[in-house]
Amino acid sequence: MITKRIIPCLDVKDGRVVKGVNFLGLADVSSPIKLAEYYSKCGADELVFYDITASYEGRALFTDILREVASKIFIPLTVGGGINTIEDFDRVLKCGADKVSVNSGAIRNPELIREAAQKYGNQCVVISADVKRVDGVFRVFAKGGRENTGMEAISWIKKCVELGAGEVVVNSIDTDGVKGGFDIEMLKAVCEAVNVPVIASGGAGSTQHFIDLFKAIPDIDAGLAASVFHFGEIEIKDLKKELSDNDITVRL
Amino acid sequence: MIAIIDYGVGNLFSLCSSLKAIGAEAIVTSDIEKIREADRIILPGVGAFGDAIKKLNDTGLDKIIIEEANKGKKLMGICLGMQLLFEKSFEYGEHRGLSLLKGQVVPMEGRLPRELKIPHIGWNALHLTKSHPLFKYIKENDCVYFVHSYYAKDCEESLLATAEYGYELTAAVVKDNVAGMQFHPEKSGDVGLNILKAFCEWEDEK
Repeated sequence: MITKRIIPCLDVKDGRVVKGVNFLGLADVSSPIKLAEYYSKCGADELVFYDITASYEGRALFTDILREVASKIFIPLTVGGGINTIEDFDRVLKCGADKVSVNSGAIRNPELIREAAQKYGNQCVVISADVKRVDGVFRVFAKGGRENTGMEAISWIKKCVELGAGEVVVNSIDTDGVKGGFDIEMLKAVCEAVNVPVIASGGAGSTQHFIDLFKAIPDIDAGLAASVFHFGEIEIKDLKKELSDNDITVRL
Repeated sequence: MIAIIDYGVGNLFSLCSSLKAIGAEAIVTSDIEKIREADRIILPGVGAFGDAIKKLNDTGLDKIIIEEANKGKKLMGICLGMQLLFEKSFEYGEHRGLSLLKGQVVPMEGRLPRELKIPHIGWNALHLTKSHPLFKYIKENDCVYFVHSYYAKDCEESLLATAEYGYELTAAVVKDNVAGMQFHPEKSGDVGLNILKAFCEWEDEK
């Protein structure tokens, strides 16, 4: 049986891993290469790297790091951040990424999804959506969660899947950084709307939150988190053991 | 020396890195002489069957691969590279494969229980149907990483392992010196590296 995936996410800026709380006030954590090696040994099923660098120099540094990670770690790597063109896809895929995650780039130009899916296959294109409730409606936010696009989130995600996105990362801004649990209501709504893998992001604070997630939404494919893993609050090995003890199929 | 066949399909960075990590010598090449000189061949591949087989036909690499395989050289296809080893595929039309193995490649769409997502993507457990030197370092239920929307069937003759996804899907095949892995050993952590290592050490049974 296919296993539920546990995915640590590494936000990288100027060659270092950072993690924001509600996207504001970044705190430096560690070396991306060391963290990646550590996670791979602990049983992480996949790694996500978000390049949150704005400068050209920072971007070159990021691809150097990516290349080094990909030459040492043999689990799937997803890369996001600053993906606006097909050339950006090409740049990170050449450095060893397996999947490329688009967010603001797809909001600006949805055709980017279709173009990339045709060139690299649906399995390569991940739509990442930052979603927040505004007056009781799920809205898509752009620019790292700072700008309300006004778009309704579920129909946006459906459209992205129709255009060719092979996987969806749903990051709930409402629960992100608060460590109070995943946004079950939001994730359920997305899982009901699409038939591609859905990755839950935002809100993991304890092992129980992951158990709750997989129990509440049997269709969800993966749980993603950053700080709880980076700071060692949850050890992936222990987490997977707990999940397995709770009859959730994981790779041990 | 392992020749990784380069025919412009897919990303070979991880495959090369993983072979390097286990100390194997490998080159990415489309050079016929180099393929002939190599001890082993890996046929990689990601993308559509039709495009891939056309590229192999257009470059004449199909003939070289078949020739070398018929000479007894160890050959392993990975993902689409495995599917290419079969007689035909029904991915967007009907295409002839290299016909090194008996069987055909068909879409999951319409064949799997409807609640299952397509592609079959993620880590799944291997069920070994027979023992083989390629799997000497791994065991029943070890997980490997899959990404595919088509699968091989009618290949009982070469079946080596399956993975449960609605049905027992073909995960690995081998017949004589020709092997295929539907999953990505280069993305399957230590289990995958151990399969690549076993491939590098794979010799004829005496």
